[in-house]
Amino acid sequence: MSVLDTDDEHWFDDDAGRLIRPYTVSDGRTEPTTRMELLSMVIATGRRPPGQLGTEHAQVLGLCGSVTTVAEVAARLRLPAVVAKILLSDLVDWGAVDTRAPDPMADCTNLTVLETILNALERRI
Amino acid sequence: MLSNDGSDGFPSALKLLIAGGFGVGKTTFVGAVSEIEPLHTEELLTTASVGTDRLTGVEGKVTTTVAMDFGRITISGKHVLYLFGTPGQERFWFMWDELSHGAMGAVVLADTRRLEDCFPAVDFFESRGIGFLVAVNEFDRACRYEPEDVRSALDLKPDTPVVLCDAREERSATGVLINLMQHLLTQQARR
Ligand SMILES: Nc1nc2c(ncn2[C@@H]2O[C@H](COP(=O)(O)OP(=O)(O)O)[C@@H](O)[C@H]2O)c(=O)[nH]1
Ligand SMILES: [Mg+2]
Repeated sequence: MSVLDTDDEHWFDDDAGRLIRPYTVSDGRTEPTTRMELLSMVIATGRRPPGQLGTEHAQVLGLCGSVTTVAEVAARLRLPAVVAKILLSDLVDWGAVDTRAPDPMADCTNLTVLETILNALERRI
Repeated sequence: MLSNDGSDGFPSALKLLIAGGFGVGKTTFVGAVSEIEPLHTEELLTTASVGTDRLTGVEGKVTTTVAMDFGRITISGKHVLYLFGTPGQERFWFMWDELSHGAMGAVVLADTRRLEDCFPAVDFFESRGIGFLVAVNEFDRACRYEPEDVRSALDLKPDTPVVLCDAREERSATGVLINLMQHLLTQQARR
């Protein structure tokens, strides 16, 4: 069984486990060049990065076709969050991905936002 | 995709934490309300060990892998709610600042057979000023408690809501999130 709910990502399955060796793909680096958080938003810009992308960067880019989060990219590739951030920050450096850090405090204290969420949840039951 | 209407076209992600002891139903809860299968990721945490090496005087460092499940509920094109189940068996999850920072609120799941398992989470959210409620996950063979008994056993503040739920049921778990949002609204309106 695959943990993925979407169609076209089958570079791993539960039996094979993680197919990317985390600290190999990040070249031993432990710090992303762009500060990213679990809930930073990412999306592909459509710009081609210079040169040929390595498999791991291409896989990460492939997950950014529509807006998503660092946490989701990490989970779908079964990478520790820090490794996903490093790969994503490379893509940001190459202009292939745009990112925006979360600003939760702007929303947590906003009554309108809280009400919007409340109403949306009430519609679900 | 990106627009120029003053925003940059990115939705904002809002974070809720689902905390509680190991086996209390956090993953079950996240799965019940999430629009995607719960996902999983992890981070390595390096923490100073409790004791100091007496011979060398050097603080020992301990590295632990802290893992959590998460799910998502799309609210609108502008807001997406993410629910993170905190790692219940890990003493150090609190130190994963990124997980707790900026959380809009939290659900502390409680099993009445092991109420003490939620003490650390209750302490943590109270000390950080993160709004939370306690949801008693009613396991089949658990003796039934009244919410007021749970409140006094956990020494909760009078305005902290205590609700009952079945973490396996989407309606019930969504109801807990609704209670939490109402609580956050009340708290916010009072400021
Ligand atoms: N009977 C019953 N079982 C539950 C309930 N919630 C969770 N479980 C079961 O309890 C076990 C632990 O739940 P899990 O969500 O993995 O706990 P976690 O460690 O907090 O993530 C699983 O086998 C669940 O199916 C409940 O409300 N009633
Ligand atoms: Mg779990």
